[in-house]
Amino acid sequence: MLYREAGQFKTSYLADQAIFPIRQDRIGMAVIIAGAYLLTLTQNDFLLNAMMIPFLIFTLAAIGLNLLTGYTGLLSLGTGAFMGVGAYACYKLTSLFPDVNVLVWVVASGFFAALVGVIFGVPSLRIKGFYLAIATLAAQFFLEWCFIRVPWLYNYNVSGAIEVPTRTLFGIPVTGPTATAQTRYLIVLTIVAVMTWLASNLVHGRIGRMWMAVRDMDIAAELIGIRPLPTKLLAFAISSFYCGVSGALMVFLWYGGAEATVFNINQSFNVLFMIIIGGLGSLIGSYLGAALIFILPIVLRFVPPRLGLDIQAATVEHVTFMIVGALIIFFLIVEPHGLARLWQIAKQKLRVWPFPY
Amino acid sequence: MDVKRLIWRGAIAAALGLAPLVTTARAQDIYVPLLTYRTGPFANSGIPIANGMHDYLIMLNERDGGIGGVKLNIEECETGYDTKKGVECWEAVKGKNPAVVNPYSTGITLQLIPKAAVDKVPILSMAYGLSASAVGEKFPWIFNPPATYWDGLSIVFKYIGEKEGGLEKLKGKTIGFIFLESGYGREPLPLLHQFAKEYGFTVKEYSVAAKEMQDQSGQWLAVRRDRPAWMIMWGWGAMNPTAVKRASENGYPMDRFIGIWWSGSDDDARAGGQAAKGYLSLNINGLGTDYPALQDIKKYVVDKGKSQVEKDKFGEAFYNRGVYNSVIVAEAIRNAQKVTGKKVVIGEDVRRGLESLRISEAQWKELGLPGFASPITNLSCADHNGHHAAYVQQWDGTKWVKVSDWITPMKDKVRPLLEEAADDYVKKNTGWPKRSEACDKST
Repeated sequence: MLYREAGQFKTSYLADQAIFPIRQDRIGMAVIIAGAYLLTLTQNDFLLNAMMIPFLIFTLAAIGLNLLTGYTGLLSLGTGAFMGVGAYACYKLTSLFPDVNVLVWVVASGFFAALVGVIFGVPSLRIKGFYLAIATLAAQFFLEWCFIRVPWLYNYNVSGAIEVPTRTLFGIPVTGPTATAQTRYLIVLTIVAVMTWLASNLVHGRIGRMWMAVRDMDIAAELIGIRPLPTKLLAFAISSFYCGVSGALMVFLWYGGAEATVFNINQSFNVLFMIIIGGLGSLIGSYLGAALIFILPIVLRFVPPRLGLDIQAATVEHVTFMIVGALIIFFLIVEPHGLARLWQIAKQKLRVWPFPY
Repeated sequence: MDVKRLIWRGAIAAALGLAPLVTTARAQDIYVPLLTYRTGPFANSGIPIANGMHDYLIMLNERDGGIGGVKLNIEECETGYDTKKGVECWEAVKGKNPAVVNPYSTGITLQLIPKAAVDKVPILSMAYGLSASAVGEKFPWIFNPPATYWDGLSIVFKYIGEKEGGLEKLKGKTIGFIFLESGYGREPLPLLHQFAKEYGFTVKEYSVAAKEMQDQSGQWLAVRRDRPAWMIMWGWGAMNPTAVKRASENGYPMDRFIGIWWSGSDDDARAGGQAAKGYLSLNINGLGTDYPALQDIKKYVVDKGKSQVEKDKFGEAFYNRGVYNSVIVAEAIRNAQKVTGKKVVIGEDVRRGLESLRISEAQWKELGLPGFASPITNLSCADHNGHHAAYVQQWDGTKWVKVSDWITPMKDKVRPLLEEAADDYVKKNTGWPKRSEACDKST
């Protein structure tokens, strides 16, 4: 009843092509964004530090992978490594040029990840599907090896880990231990929101259509004048850019330091699962997937103590594993196209409610 | 599909609704969170330690009603040896006025070190973590008694020197170093290379990545080729039993294979069976159950079914390691009560308690653990480690046997390196806070 577009007339092409053509969507979006920003007022460090910041960072990585796998149809298992490139690039840049604002380097590190992504994306012209997954797996192992064996990357630290120094923005610490959760959340939220908006414009425009054409049938795409190699490499570049920024955010605004193992193959799988469950080729799906894979286990861990059940921490961990696994299977059986599709169906039903036809 | 949407909405609502409730605690208890891991690839090492830590503290609650009349509120937080979850645990416990946090993972410790000073929670990384954090002027909130990894390596070399008839005999020989590819495994490398230069031996490094720690065939093939005179191991979790098994399969002489104190659990050696006979490792705590305190644990905790320990694993090397960890926690709390005069102590007080902690030989006896560990005598504001002694134990096919006296580390070699590493750490982390915490004289 409320969710109906009757009476909303479009009088220009611009209005018709808007990302959110329906007024209710625009209002909903504004409410969500306002709510997200209002969360900075909370004093609950755990909510921000352990849930919201990582959730947003993983979302960004999922969006990055979704641009490549969901929109362009190129399967990649190198996400973790590309995140690592961003993190290590940012670390090197800020230790070489400490006077430049660290947020500049966080974004700039994305370009390094993009460059590496392009290099490892070259085989994508010749190979597809599982074969490409193996090629990107090589990127994963090679880069992880570099993070361990090239001491220059971690400034010859004895521990082999990178430590994030304190850096400020307008005199307020944004990285390092003294940065408050609120500041860091605000920065992560802003970067992720802006980059989501950019991604949304990308996929709705010419570039996104090129990617989808290549995904749906690359020979047909070539026949209508899309050059496959630049298109695929562009997808690799932009995808890796997103992953790189998310990796830099992860180390600088969440962990505050990291070992190479953080960027191992499990991280790649994690992000891949997020987009599969969230929905391939959907931005909202990236958010939903990251929420299901990352936030749900944390919430589940706090359910038994809330209910007054005295269960061992390890048992809770095992049960959480089982529940999350079961939920993943449940969601995939109910809707193989992911949570984003469920969301879409729900919207569709709402539009005609209460008189479905 | 509306129902599913409702479920989804409900999940989000639950997430937002539950989270603010997470940080609540009772004020009249001393809150001791234990970051443990009973799941994941390192669980075989983590479980006995978790049991030992947990059971000793529970025993204090049951037998003495806590410490100084105040009950301990003990809570485990499962980390799975995963840095991400470790940091999450930190976030979950830091608001509840924890007395002290034991990360039980070098990787997690490295992440938490900068946070400790900001959140005013001391970290006890007992004989693990960042070696350089022993320098109290630079790391006022971090404690790693009784010995650092570098002390451990120097003890290994003292033992090797004893067997070879002098360290100068190592000239021209090869020493193999097999380690877990992580911050933990890499810690001793600088000192090892310094020793190599000093005594003229060659170092062969065999690194084992976490994903291949249950295989290691490549590394041991290389060992077979290189034929090192001694093998030193810095392993953890599933890496240890595999290494012991591979060493015996490859015919490496087991009495020349020596692990750090984290590579010396009973399960580690048991995997090699009779063939592992002779395998050496360092240890910092006593073996077996013949201590009054352990009998109390049995009486008050294990026999009452309040422990998760399997009966036959009670009193094993790593179980007792966990007990040792809890003794330090408990004595630091007791000392903090004495220093501050408060009953319910929190992190800031326990930091002072740790800094002036003393456990003399007589006190060990009083605790019901005579000769259980080297007396803690050297902790101070400048020295958060103390560089205490360890001994060498040997696997006799069914159990560990103490085969050396308590060996003190080469403090003269280790300390300058520590100071240097601490300076380097502070230099690389611009904005590292200067120590502002006052210093208590130990009593």
